[in-house]
Amino acid sequence: MSNIPDNLKYSKDHEWLNVEGDTATLGITDYAQEALGDVVYVELPNEGENFNAHDAFGSVESVKAVSEIFTPVAGEVIETNEDLNDTPEVVNDDPYGDGWMVKIKMDNSGEADALLSAEEYAEFLESEEE
Amino acid sequence: MSDPNLQKTPLNAVHRELGGKMVDFGGWDMPVLYPAGTIKEHIRTRTSSGLFDVSHMGEIHVDGKDAIPFVNHLTTNNVEKLVDGQAHYSALTYVNGTVVDDLLVYRFGPERLLLVVNAATQDKDWEWIRSHSDGFDVDLRHASTEYCQIAIQGPSALGILQGLTDTPLDEIKYYHFSNGTVDGVASIISRTGYTGEDGFEVYADASEAVRLWNKMLDAGNYGSEDGILPCGLAARNTLRLEAAMSLYGHEISEDITPLEANLGWICKLTTDFIGRDALAEQKRAGLTRKLVGFEMTDRGIARDGFDIYIDDRKSGFVTSGSPAPFLKKNIGLAFVPAEFANIGQEIKIDVRGKMLAAEIVPTPFYKRAK
Repeated sequence: MSNIPDNLKYSKDHEWLNVEGDTATLGITDYAQEALGDVVYVELPNEGENFNAHDAFGSVESVKAVSEIFTPVAGEVIETNEDLNDTPEVVNDDPYGDGWMVKIKMDNSGEADALLSAEEYAEFLESEEE
Repeated sequence: MSDPNLQKTPLNAVHRELGGKMVDFGGWDMPVLYPAGTIKEHIRTRTSSGLFDVSHMGEIHVDGKDAIPFVNHLTTNNVEKLVDGQAHYSALTYVNGTVVDDLLVYRFGPERLLLVVNAATQDKDWEWIRSHSDGFDVDLRHASTEYCQIAIQGPSALGILQGLTDTPLDEIKYYHFSNGTVDGVASIISRTGYTGEDGFEVYADASEAVRLWNKMLDAGNYGSEDGILPCGLAARNTLRLEAAMSLYGHEISEDITPLEANLGWICKLTTDFIGRDALAEQKRAGLTRKLVGFEMTDRGIARDGFDIYIDDRKSGFVTSGSPAPFLKKNIGLAFVPAEFANIGQEIKIDVRGKMLAAEIVPTPFYKRAK
């Protein structure tokens, strides 16, 4: 079973969000890192870039595959996790902690409310498995 | 649950028990990786040993008075040079010189050869071989389901396997084989592989697959710090790519000749095989494109099929591209125009819309210390 912390919000594209005020910290879920396998490369946007909700803002690559990463909320990238340039494997080891990817200043912080709760994301994963 | 339409090797249930992530590989339900992951599997094969289920490969027996002339008629290498107990790498080619499949040819005797072909192409190969047998005194048998094939590869492979057999393994030369027993099971023990490491490929009756596999895992101390690891198809691919070995459908195909893919050494143009004239003409006229190795100099990973640009012009394509887990670089093989196929040549690769720099480097990328 994959780890799904209660205090986060989730998207159906397997990203997690930690919302604090109008800032969202974003990464990929335990389920996503497990499905990808060994992460060898993370491509992140530049600080100051703006994205609409559901835009791809970067990509994460394993030995075998590439997956785009989408932001479920609109806003401006205010910080990126540059440590992932040298240690992309942290995404596997600690997806909800040191494996975070970007911080986004949300245009509309209400947008995060519509995302899945931990419970809803767990149900979504179960329905995907069937 | 597995797809009932997929073919399975005799080790299918074992892969699932080991936690293998199963995928559809050319119609076969095969493990792409195990819980250790591709990087660990790859590196362990280079530093200790890796175990691979390659039972999906196809075996075709060619027996009879004309076995050697028949296979010489179909394949690019010179079968007459093989002695009993020797194998070689070769290719089945079409009249135009492109490739039906690549294969190993084993010689058991002057009238007994075994062809080992790729899994996904074996039915096509079988039809091709069978349809060209008129006039040859040969008995052909597509025997894939009778065999299991297990590859044990890496610097510890010989020691592990030696503990299970009386056959003196260090006396088997590279690309030679011996009939023997492994843990009492009649086996063909072949000093071959697809990883760039020393190692063996063991062929035995399919019914013995699970026992042989488990014995090799036990003998290799599976589960210990530097013990043997079962390896999936992803590690098999990255290992062969570091060693710059060709993969059918990538470096060679129905659109690519062996000469273009640096396989001139398996094309013995003095023998008369299907496709010989086309290859001789290609050699005479000179190649217009060549397969080269490249290393990314920009951050980023080139993948199979990505376009190559030289001087802002689309000039070729990546045949295989991947991170190289042991070398810790991003590497690949690609076709480029012959005039640019020089070590040190800078190229650009279109990585999902971004033009990233790479440099042509010598191959193989990885060569083991002897």
